[in-house]
Order: sequence, then structure tokens, then C-alpha cells
Amino acid sequence: MNRHSKYMAAVSGIAMMCSAAVAQADVLFWSTQARPVEEAQAMRETVMADAPETVDYQANEDGPWLTRIRAELQAGSGAIGLLGALHGNFSAMEADQLVDLGDLGITSNSETFNTLSKLGTDTPQYIPWMQASYIMAANKESLQYLPEGADIDALTYDQLIAWTANVHEATGQAKFGFPAGPKGLKHRFFEGYLYPSYTNGVVRTYASDKAVTAWEKFRELWEHTNPASTNFSFMQEQLLSGDAWIVFDHTSRLAQAFNERPDDFVAFPAPAGPEGRGFMPVLAGLAIPETAPDKDAAKALISYMMTPETQIATLRATSFFPVIDVDLPDDLPPAVQAAGDAVAKMSSAHDANPGLLPSGLGNQGGEFDRIFNDTFERIVLARQDIRMVLDDQKPRLAAIMDETGAPCWAPDAPSEGACPVE
Amino acid sequence: MTDATQLVGNTRSTRKAGRYVYIASVVLLCAWVLVPLYFLLINTLSSPETVNSFPKSFIPEFDLGSLTFFAGFEGMLTALKNSIIVAAITMVLSVLIGAPAGYALSRFDFRGKELFRMLVLLTRAFPLPLLALPLAVLFIRTGLDDTAFGLALVHTTLAIPFAVLITFSLFSGIPIELEEAAWTLGCTRLTAFTKVVLPLILPGITASAIFAFVISWNEVFASAVLTIENRTLPAFLLQTLGEAPLHLKFAGGFILVVPALIFIFAVRKYLFAMWGIANR
Amino acid sequence: MNARLLPYMLILPVTLFLGVFFLYPFVLVAQQAFSGSDGFSMANFRDVFSYWKFPISLKNTLLLAAIVVPVQLALSLLMATMVSKMKKGRDLVLYVWTIPLGISDLAAGIIWLAIFEQSGFLNSMMSGLGVIDQPVNFLSYQHPGVIFLAIALAEIWRATAIMLVIIVAGIGLIPKEYYEAAEVFGASPWKRFTKITLPMLRPSLQTALILRVVLAFEVFAVVAALGGTLMPVLMGEIYAYQFDLLNSNAAAALALVVLALSIAFTVIILRVLRVPKGASI
Repeated sequence: MNRHSKYMAAVSGIAMMCSAAVAQADVLFWSTQARPVEEAQAMRETVMADAPETVDYQANEDGPWLTRIRAELQAGSGAIGLLGALHGNFSAMEADQLVDLGDLGITSNSETFNTLSKLGTDTPQYIPWMQASYIMAANKESLQYLPEGADIDALTYDQLIAWTANVHEATGQAKFGFPAGPKGLKHRFFEGYLYPSYTNGVVRTYASDKAVTAWEKFRELWEHTNPASTNFSFMQEQLLSGDAWIVFDHTSRLAQAFNERPDDFVAFPAPAGPEGRGFMPVLAGLAIPETAPDKDAAKALISYMMTPETQIATLRATSFFPVIDVDLPDDLPPAVQAAGDAVAKMSSAHDANPGLLPSGLGNQGGEFDRIFNDTFERIVLARQDIRMVLDDQKPRLAAIMDETGAPCWAPDAPSEGACPVE
Repeated sequence: MTDATQLVGNTRSTRKAGRYVYIASVVLLCAWVLVPLYFLLINTLSSPETVNSFPKSFIPEFDLGSLTFFAGFEGMLTALKNSIIVAAITMVLSVLIGAPAGYALSRFDFRGKELFRMLVLLTRAFPLPLLALPLAVLFIRTGLDDTAFGLALVHTTLAIPFAVLITFSLFSGIPIELEEAAWTLGCTRLTAFTKVVLPLILPGITASAIFAFVISWNEVFASAVLTIENRTLPAFLLQTLGEAPLHLKFAGGFILVVPALIFIFAVRKYLFAMWGIANR
Repeated sequence: MNARLLPYMLILPVTLFLGVFFLYPFVLVAQQAFSGSDGFSMANFRDVFSYWKFPISLKNTLLLAAIVVPVQLALSLLMATMVSKMKKGRDLVLYVWTIPLGISDLAAGIIWLAIFEQSGFLNSMMSGLGVIDQPVNFLSYQHPGVIFLAIALAEIWRATAIMLVIIVAGIGLIPKEYYEAAEVFGASPWKRFTKITLPMLRPSLQTALILRVVLAFEVFAVVAALGGTLMPVLMGEIYAYQFDLLNSNAAAALALVVLALSIAFTVIILRVLRVPKGASI
């Protein structure tokens, strides 16, 4: 009897499922951004509150995100209405899988972003949505160990190394924190910060003598880096726990520290090397897949996302900055203010050497990042000879550039055709 | 004479010592399981500052902030309901489909037996995230996409090796003579099975049902790819857990652990109460 | 019913089911492993094998399984025998020991990270006892052995219960008379264990071992949580190929390697612990 009723329950459950195929009018917003639960919640509750359509905001890791959208494109129909992801996610897709968005007439205030968003075609394939960058942050207790004459807003790499060494000596602990964990964004540091600052390039100069110097310096810095950094992926955690005092990371991966204890931490620009103060933006965009069930609703949602009000709400929710001209209010969360100041100082520094996002790599973006991660692991963790590692990895990098034909991007000097590894 | 009494006294004290060692090891093994869970509880019930502090306190401070945050999560209850439905369908399907095969493996020699056994095992030895893409395409085309039933089918695929192999090993533990005796006493193959064998292996069936439930409960990837509106709770929480702030990681983990614990607790009776019968 | 057809009738549902939901997608994916720019090619396997991390991750995966699985086997046998002679509180103890069943590997990784990290519980305990002045960094690249140990401990904690349940259910089926007879003949507890329990348990041991070994080759989330990038394992490399590098062909090739390993070990276990049909006693 008991077993019987169990089966009955299961059968009726199945019947219920089959009848539950209800028509949903929502726009499904399939995103890789604002994933942490608190940010996703803020996206749903505040950012989308006044949207023209009801929005189902779903934030996923890259794996499920990619698998789902690929499946829908392959099946020729789907539920996803709007895609939110990084430039790199979109450039790995085919342009004909995304709806041309030229007729929306929405552009960002950065010509660079607008060009990137065309993915090599004539019309925007995605609309630049929001931007961020990578900065430095420190526990205020560490400030007393700053080397003499060093200005925290205009540090050099040498000064940073001296500073972390002082902290190391005084506390007995290596307290520089670097996001070298499995989900950490370490490759962006090498591609957008270390290489531009020391070699004024990324691809062309990959195996240059200046690159050898850069890696030597990074090894020095690593002496004073918390050895557990290979488990760190979100430096806000180590800032808060005190395991790291001076850190480098994505602005939104530092936000929680500033929002929880705004008086304990400072944000400041990335350091400068012999070739200037290299830094790099993060660009997220919005796109509509060809399989979207209601393209007009999705377009209306993009327009809504790009209004100044929504852009500011997005800033509050995610710590990602607007890509259009808006007047920022004064009551922004502490993390946004701190990060905004640091980024502004970084870009207006006299030695600023802004880099661009890797572009034209298509679905080889991951391979490109892996070159730099492998270089790091071999040189710094396995302590292999720098020159040997660079020479060994060089043909791999060259192969990626040749295969994709990607031209050089700043700060590398422009190239005709594929960017050469010199 | 004196030697003998001493000897008796000695064995008694060794026995006593053995008894203490025995109890101590049981307690130790319980602690081994429980202490890490206790740490999870402490962190769940701590304010964000405490979670990040050092040294850690070993007594929870009963700050409900993190739990309250999840309580306010919209769609949480629906997701919970979906999870239970999916897990229940998975449980029923995997036992119904798996147990007959387990019986066949233990009682019959047939051509292709090894091949069949390999097929069952392969399912567990190949990473699901790679299979998810073709499955999702299949589901979208057939309309199974985004239904609890469709997801349960995938979870059943993951649970079936457990169901088949566990029931196989249990049926193998029951002497075939027992069944044969029942046949001579007038039972048909079917009644011999239901009257004699089934009661014996019920605990094992429960074990594979528990596995099925837990596998479905903790599966994230397929849930994230194959459901959109009908999200399951783990797909909802687990995948964001990796990037949530620490205190929410712990609270989210705790929220996911508790229902599974309650479920195992609820069925433990069936799992082990049959002990007496099984021991005949 | 025809006795020759009966077994096929019994395995038909599973076969059909796995055919649709496993074999069909599996064949599609497996094809990718052998497809190159022009038709059939082994290039994907060459790519995967020549990557410098492949031998390391292979070694880590095998070593972890080789250490974790035997410990789990011994531990679950010990626990099962302890439980079987328990008179009071058996239900409760068994319940406690099976708790980790309900804990996903991601959650287990988070729990054990909270223990081993620099400002974690282990350090708190040691500094509370005055063993150390400053928190020790257990999970750093300078001590790969400690990382390995931490991962092994977490895996043993998380996945022993699977074996325990299977073995407990199996022990329950061993007729009591055997033990009583053995006792009459004065067999020591150890003798009883090796001469009765172990041989009678063969089917359960076989199942428990196969499942555990296959799952041990798929270890990933706990390793990633505790070992970061320092302990590459095969499953982590598969995910990296599939989702970071968007190279499904290489991911499929590597997955087939894991599959081949699993099959090889399954065959070995099946041979060593052969189960006679119908468990003739």
C-alpha cells in the first residue's frame, strides 16, 4: 500500500510536469557577470525593478553559460533572450550567431569599445554594457611600511617590492596577495600590467630581454607574496581575513572589503615600470542570440540597461562602471568610490600606458591566457630558467597569432596582419 | 592456582581495555565526521567579521545574518520544491529500472553480461559536463528542456550504476538455494522473489534510493544547463557558491547540506532496521 | 516465461535508458576526440599528451586514488565490523557515519578549506594550544606534501560513507550461523573476519571498490578548493580544455583517457574479486 501510494505520487508528479509547459513572457537574461549571490540578488531586485519586461536574471559560470547557449544555437531555438558577458566570451562566438545591433543606435562613450563590439564586422554585435579595471588595494596598517619617498598613488614596481619586503620583515609574514588561484585573474596582470609596464607590449615583446627583466622583478615580488596565493581567487577575502595586506585584483573582486570595512583599506593605481604605468580595462557587453524568442523585447531591455539611471543602479549592484556619460551621484557605495578614484588616478597619471583587451583571438582567447599562466607557473612556481621558458613558449604564442591572424593591439605597435612575436 | 586466577584476571582486564578502545574508536570516528560539520555550522552562524577573523572561535555566536539573506532570496521555495520533485523522480526511476538489471546480473549467466556491466560503469566514468551539450540539444528539440522530468532523466542516468551494482551485490549475497527452496514449496519465480528475496534486500534498495536522491540533490552542471524556469536549489546556489563572499559560501553550503541530512535521517530506519531479518 | 530470455528482459530497461541518455551523447562526443581538421586524426591525443601538465595531472590522479581508496576500504571495513557488534545506538552511529553522503564535493571543499587555510580552524586550534605563535601556511606551493595530505583527508572524509553503506548492507546478509559455528570451533575474531566476513563480502567489496575507484578518477572540486593550481588532476584539465580553451576535441580525447583508465581498473577489480554466480556457499 505504502509503496503503491509512492508510485502514484511519482506518476502524478510526472503528469504535473508535462502539463507545466507554460508560456513565459519573461526575457531570460543569461549572464556571466554579477554571479556572486549578493550581486545577482541586487541585479534582480534593484537594477531590473523598472525594466520594460519582466526579466529573469540568471548568472552562471562560463561552463554552463556557454554549454546552454551553444545548445540553443545548435538546436535552432531557445529560451535565452539576452546575453550578458565579457568581450572575450562574445569574441569566441560567430558573428552570425548574434543579432546585428546597429539599428539600436546605442554606443558607448569610448570609440575603442565601439570598435571592439563589432567583432570584426561592420555593425555592433554586442552593446558595450559596463566596464571595470584592475587596481591595487592595501590594508591601512601596511602604509607605515611604505618605503621613504614613495607616493602610494604613483608607485613603481621597485617601490612596491621594497614595500612588501618591509612588511614581510616587520610582520614575519609575506603579505602581498596575488589572485593566482584556479578562478583568479592572474593572466590579466601579466597581459595588461606587468608586460606593458616593462616591455611596452604583450605579443611582440613576449620573449624580449625586457620581458626577462619583468619576470625577474615578478620573482622578487613573489618572495614577499603570501605563498597561499595559489589558492586565492578573490582578494577581498584575504584583505578581510588579514592573510594579505597589499593586493592586486579586479575592482569588483575587491568591492566587498571596501563595503564591509571602508575605513580599513585604501585603493590605489597599479605600479609603474620602465615603460610606464600599464593597465587594462574590463569590458562587458549585451547581445541577443539569433535564437532569442522575442528579439524586440530583448532590444527594449538593452535600451533600458543603457539608460543613465540603470547604469548607475548597475554600478551600485556590481561595482562595474557605466560606459556612457552619466553624472555620478555622491552617495555611491564605498567600494565604488574607492575604485573610481584609483582608476581615475591611474588613467590620468603622466606615465599612464593604457593597454587594450586582447582582440581578434576568437575562440583562442583561452589558449592565449594559458600561455601566460603557464609561463607564470613554470618561471615563478617551478623556478625554471626564464630565458628557457620564454623561448619554449614563444612558438606556441606565435602559432596562436598566426592561426587567428589577430593584429597587434595597444601597447604593441600596430601590425600588418597577424601580430608577430619578435 | 594463583597463576590461573591471575590469568583470568588478566584476560578480563584486557577485555575491559579492549572494550574501552572499542568505544573510544567509535567516538573518535563519530567526531571525525561531525567536527568538520560543526565548523560549517559555526561559520554559518557567524557574522561576516567573525568568519574572516583569526583566531576563530569554537563556539557559534548565533548571528543569523547570512541565513536571513538566503531566506530573502526570491524563488528559493520554488527551487526547493523543484529539487525535491527531481530527486524523487530520480529515486523511483533508478530503483525501478536498476534493480531488475541487478537481479539479472547476479542470477543469470548470459551472453553480453560483461559488456552490459561495462556499459553501466562507463556512465560514471565519463564527465557529464561534456555530455551536456548534445543532451541539451536533444532536450530542446524534444521539448523535454526545462522540465523537472527531463532533468530527472539525466540524474537517473547518473544514479543507475549505483542502483544496478548495489542491488547486484545484494542479490549475490542471497543464496540461490533460498529461492530454489521457495520454488519447491510452490512459489513461482515471481512470488519467490517478492516473498523471500525482496524483504531481504529492502535495506539495499533503500541504500540505492538514498544514493539516487543525493546524486540528484548535489548535481549542478546539468541542472544549470537543462533548466531555466524550473531551477533546482543546488543549481541555484551551488554554482554561485564558489564566488560568493565567505560567510555566504558557508551559509549556502549549510542550507544545501541540511535537507540531505534530514532525508538520510528519515530513511535510516529502512536502511538499517531490517538488520534483524537480514541476520535471520 | 522463457528462462533464456528473462535476463535480457530484465536488463532491457537499463539498456534502453542508457542508450538514449548516455550512449547517444557519448558517441557524439567521442567522435570529436578523433576528428581533426580533415577527418580522422589522432592529433587531439597528441596535443593532450604533449602538454607539460599531462604527466603531472596523471600522476596526481593515480597517486590520490592509490592512497585514498585503500584507506577508505580499511576504514569502512573497520566501521562496518564495529557497527555489526554494536548493541545500543547502532542506528545513531551509522547515521552519523553516513552523513557525508549528503555533502556535495563543492561543499566539502569549502568546509575543508575553512579548516586548512591560514586563518582557518586548524591554525586557530594550534595557536589556542600554544603550539604555534603565528598561523602556518599549510596550503602553500612550498609544501606540496601537505596539500596532498589535506586533499587526501578531505576525500577520505567525504567519500568513505559510500563504501560503508554498501559494505554494511552486505555484512547484514551474511548468515549468523557461520559466526556461531566459528565461535564454537574457537576461531579468533581476526580469523572470523578473514575467513568468513571477507570472502562472504566479495560481491559488496567488488561493487564498493569499483564505484570508489571510478569516482576517484573524477576527483576535482575538492582538489581545486584545497590545491588551487598546484595540484592539477585529469578532470580539472578536461574542464580547462572544454571551458577555458573551448577545445572540445581535446577535452573529449582526455575524457576518453580517463574512461580507459576506469575500464582498466574495473577489469582488474572484477578479476581479483570474482563473484561466483548466485553466490554458492
